[in-house]
Amino acid sequence: MSETKTVVQEICRSVNQDRTRMMDIITQVQGRLGCVSSEAIDLIAAQVHCKRVEVESAASFYAFLSRTPKGKVIIRLCNDVVDRMNGADAVAKAFSEELGIGFGQTTPDGKITLEYAPCIGMCDQGPAALINQEVFTYLSTDKAREIVRELKKHGDPKKITHRLGDGNNAHELVRSMVHNGIRKKGPVIFADYAKEAGLKNALAMSPVEVIREIKTARLRGRGGAGFPAGMKWEFTRGAEGAKKFVICNADEGEPGTFKDRVILTERADLAFEGMTVAGYAIGAENGILYLRGEYAYLHAFLEKILADRRKSGLLGNDILGKKGFHFDIRIQMGAGAYVCGEETSLISSCEGLRGDPKNRPPFPAQKGYLGFPTSVNNVETLCCAARIMEKGAAWFAEAGSRGTPSTKLLSISGDCTGPGVYEFPFGIKVRDLLREVGGENAQAVLVGGPSGQFIGPKDFDRIICYDDIGTGGAVVVFGPERDLIDIVHQYLEFFVEESCGYCTPCRVGNVLLKHRVEKILAGQGEPGDLDALKELGDSIKLASRCGLGQTSAHPVLTTLKNFRPVYEARVKPRADKMEATFDIHKALGPAESIAARKSVIYNH
Amino acid sequence: MSQEITFTIDGAAVKGTKGQTILQAAEEAGIYIPRLCNLKGLIPHGSCRVCTVLANGRPQPACIQPIAQDMIVENNTPELTNIRRNLIDMLFVEGNHFCMFCEKSGNCELQAMAYRLGILAPKYPFQFPVRDVDASHPDIFIDRNRCILCGRCVRASRDLDGKGCFEFVGRGSHKRIAVNAETRLSDTNMDIKDKAAEACPVGSILKKRVGFAVPVGQRKFDHQSIGSDIEAHRTSGK
Repeated sequence: MSETKTVVQEICRSVNQDRTRMMDIITQVQGRLGCVSSEAIDLIAAQVHCKRVEVESAASFYAFLSRTPKGKVIIRLCNDVVDRMNGADAVAKAFSEELGIGFGQTTPDGKITLEYAPCIGMCDQGPAALINQEVFTYLSTDKAREIVRELKKHGDPKKITHRLGDGNNAHELVRSMVHNGIRKKGPVIFADYAKEAGLKNALAMSPVEVIREIKTARLRGRGGAGFPAGMKWEFTRGAEGAKKFVICNADEGEPGTFKDRVILTERADLAFEGMTVAGYAIGAENGILYLRGEYAYLHAFLEKILADRRKSGLLGNDILGKKGFHFDIRIQMGAGAYVCGEETSLISSCEGLRGDPKNRPPFPAQKGYLGFPTSVNNVETLCCAARIMEKGAAWFAEAGSRGTPSTKLLSISGDCTGPGVYEFPFGIKVRDLLREVGGENAQAVLVGGPSGQFIGPKDFDRIICYDDIGTGGAVVVFGPERDLIDIVHQYLEFFVEESCGYCTPCRVGNVLLKHRVEKILAGQGEPGDLDALKELGDSIKLASRCGLGQTSAHPVLTTLKNFRPVYEARVKPRADKMEATFDIHKALGPAESIAARKSVIYNH
Repeated sequence: MSQEITFTIDGAAVKGTKGQTILQAAEEAGIYIPRLCNLKGLIPHGSCRVCTVLANGRPQPACIQPIAQDMIVENNTPELTNIRRNLIDMLFVEGNHFCMFCEKSGNCELQAMAYRLGILAPKYPFQFPVRDVDASHPDIFIDRNRCILCGRCVRASRDLDGKGCFEFVGRGSHKRIAVNAETRLSDTNMDIKDKAAEACPVGSILKKRVGFAVPVGQRKFDHQSIGSDIEAHRTSGK
């Protein structure tokens, strides 16, 4: 029997040949065999009784899975905007030179593959790279060369010496050089708290009373959309279904966000406590933590915490002695897809499908995971829920603005002296925030990541809250030297790469938007291009199917609105009336190559 | 028991039954809402977005959104028509659509939709992608140059034929239709009599040897614009 056959059979049997566990199957096949080959696809299909093209459909969706073999070591250098601002391009060159290959290539001995990855959640300590599952932060050209030399010697990224990060980053199951970068502790997430007090209080109430408390606290989703969490729980509880599910969305992929990484490192128990409270409130016995593939280095650590909770009676049957309340949690690993942070995509992925969003209605609260009512909540939201149960709704409202109670974790990076995680009360002015993080000099601030908005100094007196500038937490500061149009272009590249391709406006429109911005960057922009960008961006926003497409034009639309002079300085009417996008030399290229001579007329 | 629901489309009162989508109720009332990925008998897909309407002011795909009592639907407005044109333009430039050489011309829903919406030439730059053709099957060929990723073949083969010969693979602009075999359609159990062989709105999945049985000029949309069959039996007031 071939090695592939043995491994595939073993993996499929470990999940009881359950087709809905396809993500576990294909990520493990990739991990052990270095690719999900055509042979493996056939074998998996036979094992779980589905069509081979269904396996291919799922496997081809995720950036961390490949059809053809890659190196045993895969270096994924983060090429997010902020990492590039911090020197990722020079690091890229160093990696490339030292390995003697370009990006997307594997060394001739087949051992090391070099790739780019979008934001891996390390913007406050970039340039950063994932080498297999290990995270390398604060990279320099020297470090990159040193890493390659070590890898060539022993081929094991775990053996590369580095100092350990703070807190649980130094835990024996993590042993990572990542640091938490908690710059400001607030009363809710990073304060000391009475462990499991929230859960105990919840179990002393009826589920309906728990939901009422969360509603009284006016807790809104911390992932960005801001949907009232109590209402979501109420809908899920009220929906008909033989089973119900709680899913914790730990797929933070918005470029510039990393606060959930810090929660999972330092407050995982609180998040699991919140999931358990949610399970009790909605009547679920099963929870899933969907962990983004980039955070695989935390997987073993989180499994250990779950195991400890089971031992302590905090998960399992009759939790904390409450007869009839059973709840357990499994971890679902992602495999590199930003769109899976969208709740219905995330559910698709948990079901073992490609991470396409689902049509709504029905909403997840009605028909979610495997068709059962499901509440999908952000990591931070669930932590807030546990604290509300511990200290009460009135306590929760002590911080924050009148319209938006409590605090918000912000991931702050870019041109500021204090990048890291801050717990600010809602209602803070952008100007005050910039002062605190050392970014007063900002020309622009991106609030909410590229799916949020670029704002300039005239808006710095606006406040962070759901009634003014809402945010999932990513804040990127851009100093006066930065070329905003180039930055917009990089974010468009990100959205083009991460679009699932399901709907027309997002799949095609973003590519067209990117090309139009490239035209301006190439110095060929005309005044009409600005209106064209606006019109195309509006169409994508209105017609797209999910949150990705509905916000992917925001970098263009919000810079056009708030920084129009930057664009106007880059476009000019053409005197020759020629079509600027047409490049005669490029068009003649193939013919010139066949004729083996240059065009006589256009040879200048 | 079916429950009657009254709502309006562009100001005209329309009656439907609970559970219907906007598109279904509109169609019964003889109001055409442009669409490409939707095909009667298939589970709605909501991917082309051409049927986007405003339902109580919010953009929604008419093929997915259920009707509700007193819902106000805007369909035939300059703003929505413009967005639909943009979407059709996008589909044209995304692939390689040369109507003058295509045997589907005149029967093609993409072409017909462009004419209905008044598009003479796309306004976006052509992408000229490199895509492949699969002529391996004795009776059917696939020309992915013309594929608009509507998923009608996927759904027809899976849900009507019970075969699952097609699926989407890849993502974003690399998304494509794959067959349930290593590469070739001839290695699947696809048959000329399958519903999936009829489902393609464009010239991407075609039957061999019948391309010009009906001459250009005498084809379906050469006589009437797309949607006019639905509009012929309009029941609700203007």
